[in-house]
Amino acid sequence: MSEPESGVDWRPSAAVEALRRRALLVEQVRAFFRARQVLEVETPVLSRATTPETALASYEVHSPGEERVEGWLQTSPEFAMKRLLCAGSGPIFQITKAFRAGEEGRLHNPEFTILEWYRPGFTCESLIAEVEEVLRLLLGRGDSRRISYREAFRRFAGLDPMQADLGELRRICRDRGWLEASNAERDACLDFLLDASVQGGIGSGVVTIFDFPASQSSLARLKPGDPSIAERFEVFVDGIEVGNGYRELTDAREQRERLERERRERRRMGLPDTPIDHRLVAALRAGMPECSGVALGLDRIVMIATGHTRVEEVISFSFAGA
Amino acid sequence: MASYGTNEFRGGLKILLDGDPFAIIENEFVKPGKGQAFNRVKVRNLRSGRVIERTFKSGESVEAADVVEVSLQYLYSDGENWHFMDEGSFEQYAAPREVVGDSANWLKEQDVCTLTLWNGVPLTVAPPNFVVLEITEADPGLKGDTASGATKPARVETGAMVKVPLFVNQGERIRIDTRTGEYVARAKD
Repeated sequence: MSEPESGVDWRPSAAVEALRRRALLVEQVRAFFRARQVLEVETPVLSRATTPETALASYEVHSPGEERVEGWLQTSPEFAMKRLLCAGSGPIFQITKAFRAGEEGRLHNPEFTILEWYRPGFTCESLIAEVEEVLRLLLGRGDSRRISYREAFRRFAGLDPMQADLGELRRICRDRGWLEASNAERDACLDFLLDASVQGGIGSGVVTIFDFPASQSSLARLKPGDPSIAERFEVFVDGIEVGNGYRELTDAREQRERLERERRERRRMGLPDTPIDHRLVAALRAGMPECSGVALGLDRIVMIATGHTRVEEVISFSFAGA
Repeated sequence: MASYGTNEFRGGLKILLDGDPFAIIENEFVKPGKGQAFNRVKVRNLRSGRVIERTFKSGESVEAADVVEVSLQYLYSDGENWHFMDEGSFEQYAAPREVVGDSANWLKEQDVCTLTLWNGVPLTVAPPNFVVLEITEADPGLKGDTASGATKPARVETGAMVKVPLFVNQGERIRIDTRTGEYVARAKD
């Protein structure tokens, strides 16, 4: 006798033991921030606006039977959390679901968990130090290192990412196995080399790469005195990207210009249009405290902390079986 | 021409790169949080067997290679080509020496082999995992010596040499594992 559900795999993608360890790690995160008087908040997962960043694809949400897009699933809680900062929240953190369409693989699930926090008064450096503490707590490992984006590329990709001309970048990408790099843009080449050369080169342990090119940082403040560099950092554990942080842009007009630029770029690339989040810009106009913020991929950190190699092994039901 | 998008990539998929047929061995989706997504794949060249790594921008398409696996009956060799036949359609296929390679050691007329065809032309020939072949040449056997584990060389009907136990004689039929080229047992009819 064969019922429609026969042979259907209903089981979780994570072992129950992995979920137990995950719950303990999440508790540790909450205790860490509670002890430091950082307020836990919740912001909408379903929102009226979303990021126009071309590298991110937001799921569109429709009401039943309606064609009009009513909202988007958030790719990160960044805009809403910044509005809380502008409203005087003080330091805040949250553990929330975020969604990025099309991102599925060993280290990606379209629905994933972000640990994001903001620290008024913190520079990038002081926030990096706090990220290192969080990772020390969760991973149970001591050492961490820092290296600038430029130095990391010089050392591990053999080129200067700020100076190398586009032809040379493309040639190096082709040599590294991306044969169609001949028409690639500069940032795509750098993204490729980050994965193909730098992430393997920086070695194991906690490594923070800081001072990203300004072109790769639409929400970060530019470095005073060097507008080619943004105050952005990324954190890697064993060569796996686990976090992204900024000295946050507080200038409303510049923020609006960057959002509009990204939106034009979306149109040029034929990507679905996303409206500008005027509420975010209005909040910045009202005044955002000087602050730094960071988002960590909690699934990946739990994965590494528990010795797994695929994020689905620490997610109850990965999208394939959700 | 059929093609596959990077979101269809998976192990075993046959694609065309630089004019050669490849099989995907591994596919990994990689993407920096704020950057360009890529599919990094490990692929095997189905003609040379060589494994290489290639990267594609996610969302791009790659031409599909018309590669299929078929079971065909081995008919005969004319010295240059080995000839096979589809038992259903009676269609015949010829595989040259460089495609048949060492498999020639184990091809016995009427055995059913597995061939991969690219655009209808044989790429590889694999004999059955086990074949039964007659010994055409071997030193005389030693009666009673069934346990020593010692072996002697023997020639089988295809011309290949196989190490057999001392008690096995010329004219006997033996079972051979073609993946290792090793004697398994005497064949019982």
